Amino acid sequence: MISTTTLQAIEDFKSKARPYLLEIEGIRKEFPGVVALDGVEFRLRPGTVHALMGENGAGKSTLMKIIAGVYSPDQGTIKLRGDEVRLKSPKDALEQGIAMIHQELALMAWMTVAENIWIRREPRNALGLIDHKRMTANTRELFDQLKIGIDPSAEVNSLTVAQKQMVEIAKAVSYESSVLIMDEPTSALTESEVSHLFEIIRDLRSRNIGIVYITHKMNELFEIADEFSVFRDGHYVGTHASTDVTRDDIIRMMVGREITNMFPKEEAPIGDVIMEVKDLGLEGVFSGISFDLRRGEILGVAGLVGSGRSNVAEAIFGMVPATEGAIRINGEETTISSPADAMRAGMALLTEDRKETGCFLPLTILENMQIAALQHGHSRMGYVDESGLRILCGEMKNAMRIKTPNLDERIENLSGGNQQKVLIARWLLTKPKILILDEPTRGIDVGAKAEIHRLISNLAKEGVAVIMISSELPEVLGMSDRILVMHEGRMTGILDRAEADQVKIMELAAR
Amino acid sequence: MENVQAQPASPTRRKLPQELNILTVLIGVALVFELLGWFVQGQSFLGNPQRLTIMILQVSVVGIIAIGVTQVIITGGIDLSSGSVVAMTAMIAMSFAQTSEFARAIYPGLTDLPAIVPILIGVGLGLMAGLINGALIALTGIPPFIATLGMMVTARGIAKWYTKGQPISFPTESFASIGSGAWPVAIFLLAAVIFHVALRYTRYGKFTYAIGANAQAARVSGINVQAHLVKVYAIAGMLAGLAGVVTAARAETAQAGMGMMYELDAIAAAVIGGTSLSGGRGRIFGTVIGTVILGLMMSGFTFLRVDAYYQEIVKGLIIVAAVVTDVYRQKARVKKG
Repeated sequence: MISTTTLQAIEDFKSKARPYLLEIEGIRKEFPGVVALDGVEFRLRPGTVHALMGENGAGKSTLMKIIAGVYSPDQGTIKLRGDEVRLKSPKDALEQGIAMIHQELALMAWMTVAENIWIRREPRNALGLIDHKRMTANTRELFDQLKIGIDPSAEVNSLTVAQKQMVEIAKAVSYESSVLIMDEPTSALTESEVSHLFEIIRDLRSRNIGIVYITHKMNELFEIADEFSVFRDGHYVGTHASTDVTRDDIIRMMVGREITNMFPKEEAPIGDVIMEVKDLGLEGVFSGISFDLRRGEILGVAGLVGSGRSNVAEAIFGMVPATEGAIRINGEETTISSPADAMRAGMALLTEDRKETGCFLPLTILENMQIAALQHGHSRMGYVDESGLRILCGEMKNAMRIKTPNLDERIENLSGGNQQKVLIARWLLTKPKILILDEPTRGIDVGAKAEIHRLISNLAKEGVAVIMISSELPEVLGMSDRILVMHEGRMTGILDRAEADQVKIMELAAR
Repeated sequence: MENVQAQPASPTRRKLPQELNILTVLIGVALVFELLGWFVQGQSFLGNPQRLTIMILQVSVVGIIAIGVTQVIITGGIDLSSGSVVAMTAMIAMSFAQTSEFARAIYPGLTDLPAIVPILIGVGLGLMAGLINGALIALTGIPPFIATLGMMVTARGIAKWYTKGQPISFPTESFASIGSGAWPVAIFLLAAVIFHVALRYTRYGKFTYAIGANAQAARVSGINVQAHLVKVYAIAGMLAGLAGVVTAARAETAQAGMGMMYELDAIAAAVIGGTSLSGGRGRIFGTVIGTVILGLMMSGFTFLRVDAYYQEIVKGLIIVAAVVTDVYRQKARVKKG
């Protein structure tokens, strides 16, 4: 039996042999109703680019936010240069040398580049006033080091996204950060901007800075990352050097979970075409989306976050009307310029973000459920048929097994899964012919998930045409008759149920 | 992973409607003044029906405005123009309500008109002011605060410009009668009943709450949010116009300075009555009680011979306290959710 002291000695030796900049162990983070991370580890070496990989919802962003001090973990330790640290806030993390470049850049638009970089640390002159000259000079020096060609006195407003990103990076460097977190930094950049960014990243790497790099793009991983860690469903899968593996290995690590039989897809008779979408596009967001949808069919839509899946749904439903292309309903060309138009055409849309565009949080379950149905009947001369609706909503509540003592409970007191059921019920009360579901099971527990899947299958059987957008590949594969895959605002293919598998979808979605 | 956070709120909390809290506050305020009355003045505060009648009459005008303002606040907006709209509509309505016995009427050819004419003119003008507020907010997307602030200044300006600052007096008896006796209170309560029903039992009401609770979700649910906002602001303007008519009739004169700060009293009545400034929550019944609380306090301070200056200071504190309470209520909910 090895004594603890020996173990300790081995550990010490290991840590000396491979000095990590950042070590994270046994991290657990729970949000109401969901375990976002469990037993997660992650180790970052100085002078490396370390990519975080995983499907949407794998826990990458939660982990990154823990490293950046946005969230504090429920369990686990964070060690920075060997010492355990507690990061109380993003500011605290920044002061300890961890900086994050946000996806939505966090600069003050109406201030100059220099002012943005040195905010709260402005150089002062003898009178205690801000010394703009020195501030500009300091900025120029910083930019020269990093080979960034931006005028320090330009207003941030006038910069491109790529330039703003450079400013954020320079700001991080000015804090002498040793850990830099970049969340999909190339998502809004052109090719030449990307190569400039990579130059800068390589330069930072040569200064012994450790870079946590989150990306969905496989080729970037091979181009810029030294190591990568894969996460899946809130768990750590493994860490490898990027030279050791192939694309297929990574995809397998990302999606390789067991597909249990939790998708009770039942064969539904497929009817006539109810909707034809032809060359639909929204300027600058997506284009060339064409498909037919039949009664009783479930059309899955897969693609990474930001591939334009939700934008297509919003365009079809008239939230942000399409700028090109046409939609035909039952063979007739239909103009849809508002959700009200879409509802008249028999559509319903369960939006992706339950809180932002779904729930009326201060209102009751009954009020939440009946609101869409009120557009079609259920009222006489403006008076709402409250008792009739209460009966209908009560039936809906029982049919969908919404766990609540009564309909007058506020929706904010329900769990995510039950809220989602209320929102689905809201749309079912409008008796839709075409039901669009955007992430119908995101952030809800397994039991409620299965129930929602069963419900979707039953609706299809009743002849409702369903479009189901989902980031969970097993869900898309398990539920859909056909799968439309999107990548960067374009349709990259439609797969039949028989031919589709996770690898094929990932290939179309991640290019 | 069981449904961990499906925690139905405790039944006791549910059974107590928000109105009860406000009623408790009302009773509390009344009792405090009653006690102080005996201690300080040696007489009953509540035991004087005349005082209570005057109090109710005084707050009726603010109450009428507050009914409209409540609906605006439920949508998540605010209306700062109502006090000025009162002045504008009072002036213009009065100019069409003058009696021929007065030699220097504004429109000598239009005297002795039936009372309904100035009433409709006043209410109609209020409606128009509200329509402009609503259209500005819905079409340009400027914050309600700014849109109605503009109307506040403009309407006051129109009231002054209309007679170059001169008051307008000598209404016909029939016009003056709607401001006399219990009429203002009756109008206030009638408006309260109508809009209580409208908010609770009609699509208009359901959509109003929905927009205030989550405008995005309301739009996704097929509600024409912009058109509905125009309606709500128009109704608030119309009620301010009605309040203007009542004010002029009650005073038997109209002045450009009328209705000064009424918008703030109305907002205070709504907020004290439990209407949430973040939208989606509020009841007309609460606003009625809030109005009465406001009246009780003013009347109580006068009864205790508290200096008018102190009254204003205290009123300001109460408004802030009501909003702070609302913010804490919201925070408590967020924590729970």
